[in-house]
Amino acid sequence: MNNSIALKSILTKEIQRFVRIWVQTLVPPAITISLYFIIFGSLIGSRIGQMGGFDYMSFIVPGLIMMSVITNSYSNVASSFFSAKWQRNVEEMLVAPVPNWVIVTGYVGGGMARGMLVGFIVTLVSLLFVDIQIHNIWVIIATVSLTSATFALGGLINAIFAGSFDDISIIPTFVLTPLTYLGGVFYSISLLPDFWQGVSQINPIVYMVNAFRYGFLGISDVSITTAFAVIGIFIVSLFAIAMTLISKGIGLRT
Amino acid sequence: MTYALEISNLAKTYKGGFQALKGINLTVEQGDFFALLGPNGAGKSTTIGVITSLVNKTKGQVKIYGNNIDTDLEKAKSFIGLVPQEFNFNQFEPLMNILVNQAGYYGVSRKIAITRAEKYLKKLALWDKRNDAARNLSGGMKRRLMIARALMHEPKMLILDEPTAGVDIEIRRGMWDFLRELNKQGITIILTTHYLEEAEMLCRNIAIINGGEIVEDTSMKALLAQLDIETFVLDLVPHQKTITLDNIDYRVIDDHTLEVDLSKLQSLNQVFEQLSNQGVDVLSMRNKSNRLEALFVNLISTKNITNSTAVVA
Repeated sequence: MNNSIALKSILTKEIQRFVRIWVQTLVPPAITISLYFIIFGSLIGSRIGQMGGFDYMSFIVPGLIMMSVITNSYSNVASSFFSAKWQRNVEEMLVAPVPNWVIVTGYVGGGMARGMLVGFIVTLVSLLFVDIQIHNIWVIIATVSLTSATFALGGLINAIFAGSFDDISIIPTFVLTPLTYLGGVFYSISLLPDFWQGVSQINPIVYMVNAFRYGFLGISDVSITTAFAVIGIFIVSLFAIAMTLISKGIGLRT
Repeated sequence: MTYALEISNLAKTYKGGFQALKGINLTVEQGDFFALLGPNGAGKSTTIGVITSLVNKTKGQVKIYGNNIDTDLEKAKSFIGLVPQEFNFNQFEPLMNILVNQAGYYGVSRKIAITRAEKYLKKLALWDKRNDAARNLSGGMKRRLMIARALMHEPKMLILDEPTAGVDIEIRRGMWDFLRELNKQGITIILTTHYLEEAEMLCRNIAIINGGEIVEDTSMKALLAQLDIETFVLDLVPHQKTITLDNIDYRVIDDHTLEVDLSKLQSLNQVFEQLSNQGVDVLSMRNKSNRLEALFVNLISTKNITNSTAVVA
């Protein structure tokens, strides 16, 4: 059995899906990010002044891009895998000799593709508002790849457990959005009192946003090594959880 | 000899305690056309679910072409093509994508998959719809799409769970011809159906499942041979005579219809001879009801009576 063909099939199917509905998947992030730039960057940002040694608009660009990557990687896999469960076409893969790691990797790859494509679109939009500087392109690529993989895995696990469409919006609304907004997208955590700085250390998005910002601006509230270690631990743990759930057939087999 | 399917002591108890399968044993030979019959909730779909790994078994063993699903699951899966009872494809995807992706899951290259998709879509009269979203197909077309999808990796065993449910008679007969053709090519076919006529016309061997147990597992011929009485409907030239048939159970329905019940030992010639002597001409004749249906009802009701007795005792 040629697993690479199976992997390519899942990946192609996933990419075709979000491209087919591009008005729902690719356009909204561009509009949302434009509004963020207009409101937080131009209108309010000009009164805030500098943050971390950069003007506020330049400071928030990496965080806003990362926010789009996180949201889209997560929601792509969550909605696609849950739809496959709901329409029962997930059975097409379950009855076939597709190893579980291929299913997980295929869906995560689809989520990463959408997350990174949206990240690229948002970056292009941001160029309309601010000149982007690049401090270390490899850190940018590594961070965006690993972060999108992390949240695509999260979306997959969410979809495996979900029993209704409501269940795939609960985590983004009540967990992802607060973590993202409190993850240093709009501010440096060094501005927070010591206690809240400590609390922020347990928010994984803080590490992702800061590593990404380091790639652009060369500044970070956390150590880059620690940031990659945290992201790595999350990826390994979530991959192991996803594999276990699919192997046991949780939410998939009766 | 390696069986296409070998099930030993297979049991399934769902959460909540419902025992869908109570240790069934079943073998299907390679190249067979096999019917698995049973009333709703008998355990047919659960059995198919376990074979195709969509249902986790509680205990027992399943081998597909000698490959145990506990130890060689991926190999075992590669032999099976499944046509499930419910539509289970992405309704928004074009037919061509559904078929090519499905082949990909079995490691079939895109180039070969496109050729096969064309072959099966043409064969099943869906070629004109190849770029349409699956949701735009009629019920019969959707069933045919699932058959095409199941064949994309050229399986050695095709399992069809009520494939002709809700399909009109013309399409159903077309599907029967297609399944016969596949079977002639050496593909083992396992069929569950509510249309008993379908099983009688297509299948060589049959198992009847009821209450999670196999109550009959034999050849179609042997099963039908169990029938003691068969009812024939005779269409007569309209007449005003009073028909009397000696030593034969019969019912005069109207002046041009007669029903006769014949045992295995009785000849139709006796009926024709007596009618001829009375000056009554027979225009045509047919079986009153599906013969298998009578047996099926008998087997199921016998089993139910046994169960009720056991409960009372």
